[in-house]
Amino acid sequence: METLTKEKTEVQKDKSIRVTGSEALLMALIAEEAKIIFGYPGGAIMPVYDKLMDYELQHKLKHILTRHEQGAIHAAQGFARVSGKTGVCFATSGPGAANLITGIADAFLDSTPVVCFTGQVYSHLLGSDAFQETDIVGISMPVTKWNFQVRRADEIPEAVAKAFYIAKSGRPGPVLIDLTKDAMLNELDFSYKKVDKIRSYIPVPETKQYEFEKAVELINSAKKPLALVGQGVILAGAEKELEEFVDKTGIPVASTLLGLSALPSEHPLFTGMLGMHGNVAPNVKTNEADLLIALGMRFDDRVTGKVDTYAPNAKKIHFEIDKAEVNKIINVDVAVLGNIKQTLPLITNLVNENCHEVWSNSFIPYKDEEKRRVINKELYPYNGKISMGEVIRNINETLNGEAVLVTDVGQHQMIASRYFNFKNKRSLVSSGGLGTMGFGLPAAVGAKFGAPDKNIVLVSGDGGFQMTLQELGTIAHNKLPVKMIVLNNNYLGMVRQWQELFFDERYASTSITSPDFVVLASAYGIKGEHVHSHNELVEAMQRLWNCDEPYLLEVHVAKKGNVFPMVPAGAPVDRMVFGDEK
Amino acid sequence: MYQEYTITVFSENHIGLLNRITLNFTRRKLNIDSLTVSESAIKGIYKFTIVVYCSKQTIINLVKQIEKQIDVIRAFYLTPDEILHQEIAMYKIATSALLETNEIEGIIRQFNARILEMTKGYTVIEKTGHKAETQELFEKLQPYGVLQFVRSGRVAITRLKKELLSNYLRKLENKQSVLV
Ligand SMILES: Cc1ncc(C[n+]2csc(CCOP(=O)(O)OP(=O)(O)O)c2C)c(N)n1
Ligand SMILES: [Mg+2]
Repeated sequence: METLTKEKTEVQKDKSIRVTGSEALLMALIAEEAKIIFGYPGGAIMPVYDKLMDYELQHKLKHILTRHEQGAIHAAQGFARVSGKTGVCFATSGPGAANLITGIADAFLDSTPVVCFTGQVYSHLLGSDAFQETDIVGISMPVTKWNFQVRRADEIPEAVAKAFYIAKSGRPGPVLIDLTKDAMLNELDFSYKKVDKIRSYIPVPETKQYEFEKAVELINSAKKPLALVGQGVILAGAEKELEEFVDKTGIPVASTLLGLSALPSEHPLFTGMLGMHGNVAPNVKTNEADLLIALGMRFDDRVTGKVDTYAPNAKKIHFEIDKAEVNKIINVDVAVLGNIKQTLPLITNLVNENCHEVWSNSFIPYKDEEKRRVINKELYPYNGKISMGEVIRNINETLNGEAVLVTDVGQHQMIASRYFNFKNKRSLVSSGGLGTMGFGLPAAVGAKFGAPDKNIVLVSGDGGFQMTLQELGTIAHNKLPVKMIVLNNNYLGMVRQWQELFFDERYASTSITSPDFVVLASAYGIKGEHVHSHNELVEAMQRLWNCDEPYLLEVHVAKKGNVFPMVPAGAPVDRMVFGDEK
Repeated sequence: MYQEYTITVFSENHIGLLNRITLNFTRRKLNIDSLTVSESAIKGIYKFTIVVYCSKQTIINLVKQIEKQIDVIRAFYLTPDEILHQEIAMYKIATSALLETNEIEGIIRQFNARILEMTKGYTVIEKTGHKAETQELFEKLQPYGVLQFVRSGRVAITRLKKELLSNYLRKLENKQSVLV
């Protein structure tokens, strides 16, 4: 394997101490202020767990045993998303490591900083198909920002330092460090130095002065500008800078799914979510705008719809930290590279104050139309079954936005993202790029550890909940007051919706039977109740929040509800379908 | 429009990284026409030369994705008119074939090829040049019986005035540290 750096690391003998590789790993984690580890033990990583026990007893580190390695990685992601810190997880070799892959792929697409440590067989056994040997470095290569196999104990401090630096800097992402068992057992002279520079790696590209000037000019002369906010704003911690920019320029703002909560939902210039199940006004206005200001977003196909017809009248400015995202899907006129927390305030200083009143007002009829044709019916269904939107409205009314919303993937995810009242920053944890069912419950576990003082509410589907429901065990064991709401429509609803709309209502394998989720929760000693009617919902919601323990509501919602409006796959963004067309 | 591009990659390490680089081709179902890896003039820094046939949009995105890899120092692409390149080919023929006629000698002269090794049993001929040239020689020798034929990947040097790698490295080393 390659060496870590070209410069020989001189160990300062006086400052170093002699420890095993396992201990070095744990000491390095402490140096990186990574206090919580989500993981699952096994043969190859046992030396690390053995040492970890001492560190736990001394309260220096805390290990959360999930019920599956996929749960560990999603928990680490949930932790990272709410806290802005790097999530850490441990798994053993072979199956343990392989079970991490879905979460690593998810973190890769959603730019989540996580560092995974996997055990590996003894280095002399590598390549021999030894028990529980798997080439996890090879397997994880396409979905990690960086990965590395440690075969010698003395490589550990620097590998860990590089891992944390790479995971968190620039555009964040997952890193995997694979450690052979002998590297854990052998001794080294430990001294730790954080990495803040790697020669071949430029985390934040240079900003060109003339791009600034061009951006300012375009913003000042635009008559119909629209700002598109992505998760980049949140990852940079630039929520305040965003608000200042928007308040000064009066430019209407729309958000991608992962950009939600960068600007409060109730901000007067916030016009809603973009894309397939986004709001009508920002989607339609994308194609009317004369200037798009993309702020830390990557023009995902769920956002752009048909690319050839996307924003035909608009000049485009792209604020981006990852050079490779510029002109990848949509060609832009100006690319302001760099960290948006630094670049955006410079622009704010230079641009003219403005209010774009006429342009902003032109969003209103579309908003009203969406309200009339979709939103009112979804939030206030006056008869029949409970709707998903009604549940989200109830959460809003009970908590007034004082919660972090964690979702799984499906119809409930789109409805929750559309209607949840995002008041505080970092208040959405959802799997965007990969759309990983089963993400929600373990991510909620991690979110609670990442933000112990916040209300964590999971909104999940009957399908997705069953993909990782074993994490109820983690919740019960840690007495984590996570509030779980399962929106049970007896269907893999999102797929069923597509079957209804695009596959002649042929419901192939989307009707799903579930256990009684309340009874299931009670098997773990977790309280919960069923909700069948509008009245029950209001009261159950109170009990859910008044309880200081974990709590589960199984809400029986309309079986064949659909998420509207919708940009059908491959259609232009201004051709939204409302679902009430004849 | 599809055309031939030569990608040059300079990197810190090379084990594992080759995999990371080629992944970007496999994901796009792009065929690598030729690939050569060797240590560059600077110790510890490796140079990859990759030939690929694709569209302009693809090459731009592809090279950005390659350059994004942590251990990659620099990656760029060049069109055929921007580079000088060579490949080397070796041909093994039976020595008896060579001795039986004068024609093979003539062919070797005509192609500016040379004999690397000659034994009683076989003769190995070497030729450097572009693929078309080494291919043509192969076809000329074919009637006399080519026992083995190999062609290397491409090595290339740019005609453009590029910043020297050593200068670029110095610049990288002097850059400020970035704490997130
Ligand atoms: C791991 C995984 N498998 C399959 C899918 C495809 N898929 C997307 S949404 C969905 C249905 C989700 O059903 P449910 O959890 O009940 O949520 P609902 O849509 O009914 O709200 C499926 C199967 C996926 N996104 N992830
Ligand atoms: Mg469902």
